[in-house]
Amino acid sequence: MPHIPLTWLAEHTVLPEGADAESVAAALVSVGLEEEGVLGAQVTGPLVVGRVLELVGEPQKNGKTINWVRVDVGDEHNEAADDPKDPQPGEERPSRGIVCGAHNFTAGDLVVVALPGTVLPGDFAIAARKTYGHTSDGMICSGEELGLGPDPTGEDGIIVLGRGHGEGLTAEPGDDAIALLGLADEVVEINVTPDRGYCFSMRGVAREYSHATGAAYTDPVTTVTVPAASGAGIGVELRETNPLRGGLGCTRFVAVGVRGVDPSARTPRWMARRLTQAGMRPISLIVDVTNYVMLDLGQPLHAYDAQKVVAPIVVRRATPGETLTTLDDVTRTLDVEDLLITDSAGGTGARVLGMAGVMGGESTEVSDTTRDIVLESATFQNITVARTSRRHRLSSEAAKRFERGVDPQLPLIAAFRAAQLMVEHGGGEIAAEYTDEGSVTAPAPIEIGLGDAEDLVGIAFTSEQVRGSLERIGCTVEDAGEDRLRVTPPSWRPDLTIREDLIEEIARLVGYAQIPSVLPSAPGGRGLTPSQRSRRAAQRSLVEAGLVEVASSPFVGEGAFDALRYEADDPRRGAVRLLNPLADDEPLLRTSLLQSLLPVARRNLGRGEEAVAIFENATTSLARPTGERTPIPSAAQRPGAEELAAIDDTLPTETNALAAVVGGASGPGSWQGDPAPWGWADALELARRAAAAVGAEIEVRQVEHAPFHPGRAGELRVLAADGGSSVIGHAGELHPAVVTEFDLPARTSAVELDLEALIAAAPAVVEAVPVPTYPVAKEDFAFVVDEDVPSSAVQAAMVVGIGDLAEDVHLFDVFTGEQIGQGKKSLAFAVRLRSAEATLTAEQIGQARQRCIAAVESAVGGVLRA
Amino acid sequence: MPVSDTPTAPEAPRIDEATVTAAVDAALAAIAAAPDTATLKQVRIEHVGDASVLTSANRAIKDLPKEQKAAAGKLVGQGKGRVQKALAARQAALAAAEEEAALAAETVDVTLPTDRRPRGAAHPLTTLRHRIEDVFVGMGWEIAEGPEIEAEWFNFDALNFDADHPARQMQDTFYVAPEGSGQVLRTHTSPVQARALLERGVPLYIACPGTVFRTDELDATHTPVFHQVEGLAIDKDLTMAHLVGTLDTFAKALFGGEPVTRLRPSYFPFTEPSAEMDFRCFSCEARHGTDHDPDPACRVCSGTGWIEMGGCGMVNPHVLRAVGVDPEEYQGFAFGLGIERILMLRNGITDMHDIVEGDVRFSQHYGTEI
Repeated sequence: MPHIPLTWLAEHTVLPEGADAESVAAALVSVGLEEEGVLGAQVTGPLVVGRVLELVGEPQKNGKTINWVRVDVGDEHNEAADDPKDPQPGEERPSRGIVCGAHNFTAGDLVVVALPGTVLPGDFAIAARKTYGHTSDGMICSGEELGLGPDPTGEDGIIVLGRGHGEGLTAEPGDDAIALLGLADEVVEINVTPDRGYCFSMRGVAREYSHATGAAYTDPVTTVTVPAASGAGIGVELRETNPLRGGLGCTRFVAVGVRGVDPSARTPRWMARRLTQAGMRPISLIVDVTNYVMLDLGQPLHAYDAQKVVAPIVVRRATPGETLTTLDDVTRTLDVEDLLITDSAGGTGARVLGMAGVMGGESTEVSDTTRDIVLESATFQNITVARTSRRHRLSSEAAKRFERGVDPQLPLIAAFRAAQLMVEHGGGEIAAEYTDEGSVTAPAPIEIGLGDAEDLVGIAFTSEQVRGSLERIGCTVEDAGEDRLRVTPPSWRPDLTIREDLIEEIARLVGYAQIPSVLPSAPGGRGLTPSQRSRRAAQRSLVEAGLVEVASSPFVGEGAFDALRYEADDPRRGAVRLLNPLADDEPLLRTSLLQSLLPVARRNLGRGEEAVAIFENATTSLARPTGERTPIPSAAQRPGAEELAAIDDTLPTETNALAAVVGGASGPGSWQGDPAPWGWADALELARRAAAAVGAEIEVRQVEHAPFHPGRAGELRVLAADGGSSVIGHAGELHPAVVTEFDLPARTSAVELDLEALIAAAPAVVEAVPVPTYPVAKEDFAFVVDEDVPSSAVQAAMVVGIGDLAEDVHLFDVFTGEQIGQGKKSLAFAVRLRSAEATLTAEQIGQARQRCIAAVESAVGGVLRA
Repeated sequence: MPVSDTPTAPEAPRIDEATVTAAVDAALAAIAAAPDTATLKQVRIEHVGDASVLTSANRAIKDLPKEQKAAAGKLVGQGKGRVQKALAARQAALAAAEEEAALAAETVDVTLPTDRRPRGAAHPLTTLRHRIEDVFVGMGWEIAEGPEIEAEWFNFDALNFDADHPARQMQDTFYVAPEGSGQVLRTHTSPVQARALLERGVPLYIACPGTVFRTDELDATHTPVFHQVEGLAIDKDLTMAHLVGTLDTFAKALFGGEPVTRLRPSYFPFTEPSAEMDFRCFSCEARHGTDHDPDPACRVCSGTGWIEMGGCGMVNPHVLRAVGVDPEEYQGFAFGLGIERILMLRNGITDMHDIVEGDVRFSQHYGTEI
């Protein structure tokens, strides 16, 4: 994001005395340019100019030769006399003695000296120190040590005023070198929202600063003089064969020639410095000027070596299969949507010079021998540039600006500004003939009522504030009758297209701080939905059962399905896949919570937990087997019912799931007796508790289901209103192989259920049942049944047999053994009988017993144990 | 209480003052001497039981000559009364002492640990989410939800994200395979707003909490899977002032005190005007108002006095049109906040890893409160 050096900003607007990066950043924030960072002064403390008085080379044991130097650093900083134990070279006079490893200077040179107390970039504090047998009372600095980068002329060593970094500079010993070298300049990095393309320029940011503070503003565009063309410049053809979304790829193309630029001319130090501060690397005068003007005005420019370009230049879309080697040395296959700059080497428009507004090619690049250039300054369609930049994953400073929109009035002005800077610093002349192909479309006016802003923002704006704000941002405001205005946005604000855009401008210029605080009164809601309430209840039921809620990542790999022993055709392998996963081995979205919860269990055990009792409530999804694409209807109006249905019918199926993993001791060792380990029954009980918490009931059936133990797990069913039952989850002990795979405690158990389906199975209203006060009769039964008869079937038969009198039937013991017989088990039940009408008679109780026994016998062949 | 006296053949008792007084004195002495309730029970049998002197005397009264009956009755009755009263008093005293001793013997060490069953815990993010939901429900808003794997149309197009606009790249999106599926992992919960407008129409006041996804690598302050809550109010005549009022109320409910909120101009495709919202730091001196300087070392506001909370603005008419609401008649505001961020700021969590890794110690610390 743009870096704004304050001295550059001050060229277009007035910064108050003492303005620093903080205050400028705060002003810009108030109009919507967020501060990304502040780069303060790079160097602080006594950095001064010094004159080398004497130097003597002293060879060292390590083979180096160091210079012991007497430097005049000005009256204020000089020591009056030498240290008698460590005299400086030459005649004694006021000075400082400094050890220096560089050799590119001689006596009489003006150099830059960091005296003790100076802090250089990287928090490098300078102090007097003993080195090579002398006390070095400061440091003579190189450009790199000062954060100025390598010497622009390639000279190795320290800065000598008059050349390299010190080109054109002169000063007296003792002068402040921070100001001299521009090291005090602070830089604000701002974040520009995508609608404000014009703030990718000093021109735009200075305008915003003036909006924030009321400071005077000079549009730099108004300072550029553009002479009338004396004739046509290089031929330019704009061809359009594939307009994108109805728009031309290139609406304007300016080509200005500059001849006879001195190839050895160097970028002026101030410009290189500004480029560096703005985050760009200085390269050569021609390239630097194009970059400088882009940063200043916002118009991307491209310089071609005029000797290499074969007229005419043709701007056209790529043909299928066409390729281009870009400046980053990558050969790219182009798309028919890519807009190209071509020339006519080998036929009209035959040679590709670059991708318009994104990146140039090698063939016509300016080099260190280029004297004649052609400057391209064009208006390219934002959509075209955005797509090309994304397609080729090529982001450039130019593309960033074009995809946000560049002021279409700029091309000619920017080209001339650049041409003038080149001639100013590199000599030569601007060609009197130039080309300005294409046209500029004027922005469409927007109508706005004087009261519209108040209606949307809640501030009673005066008509002065409405008009004034719009005029200050560059709009043309005309009366349109009856308190209405016709507002034409400025050319640099393509983002202003509707009334609300203008209202935002008015609001932000007047200040969001003026907005009052009023709490709206909603018409009154219905509270949480039953599903939202029930989810909370289910979560809380597991917390109350002693489980800890955890989070886990929803991303999994195929390996998770194998680890959980899913069959090849298990529908849970039908996961939604991501195109761009963060981790290549986890490209899928979990289809079951256990896929991500078991790794979390392992992590906890790995971090020292000895048991695990965790749960998660989150979304799981399954891909649609048909894999249909989800349509993208127009957003210009409400899509039709079928279009909306088509969207939802193609989205993956999602549900809200609840899963828990329990294993190891169910509590800490206790003086009250050691806790039982968590087991399969606990997993089922958790399911039942969750069901009860949401007002539903579940039925368990024994099944084999991965990742569970084949004989110690079951499916969870709910009854539908129509009497049918459906599976909503599974619970039980995990398969021993899964336990091993995840390093879990033996017999770790788990439950996973579709919480949404469970909640849906609960009645909307819990109907009352009477509470009879007649006495209860307690009867016990023990039935001997075949071992494979589920206890639930026996219990169900008992309830049916006893009928309405059965208040409660509870299994309290299971017994197997020789007395019962091979392949048999005894199930003991405590039954509470109660009538709603009268005290039960002995006869009624006896009849109930008989019905119960008969029902069990006929249902499951059970026999009352004698 | 029936007393099982041994039936004996009593001699004809004497009913004179000396005898009765002697019997009463003997009884009172025995009562006073009884060390426990068991002995006292024997004393009762001995001195006022069927075979006792006093009972026999009482029985014999009926056989006395008529003129002696009254005096004898009074003598025996008063004597027996004194004994019964003493018995009751002694019984109460002894029973109390015995109970006290018995309870003392049952004393346990109440400082023993009682954690036989582990205590569960909710994830603090869940607890915070519920609290946020309750703030909105309290304002009369409803809580709306929607799919996490969302149609591009809902996530972007309906929200005025042009397919070619750089804003579409502002949010680093997970796309669902294959290329061109038209599906993404929602990058915000705003699509729920569009869905709610389509399904419920206007006026509408909803908050949409939920999981959202961005392609950010997990680090101390980022996670690819996080939670947002967005608010949306569409009605006639709603303005940015109502947005500020709602944010103030929300800030007060979550952070307490007298909140100061600040809006800064910003850009979101689905709102116009748009703003970034900051809450005044609730932790350092800055909480007392904008005329108080923040603590430069404040961990919550980093010394700025302000906490960036998220984006907001007035719903863009393009969005209303896409869901069939007439923007000439209805307008409203929307805002979005990150729940992880609120939790980290509010409770001083410094590392996102703790929130997302599922370490039970993290949740256990909070229990069911935050």
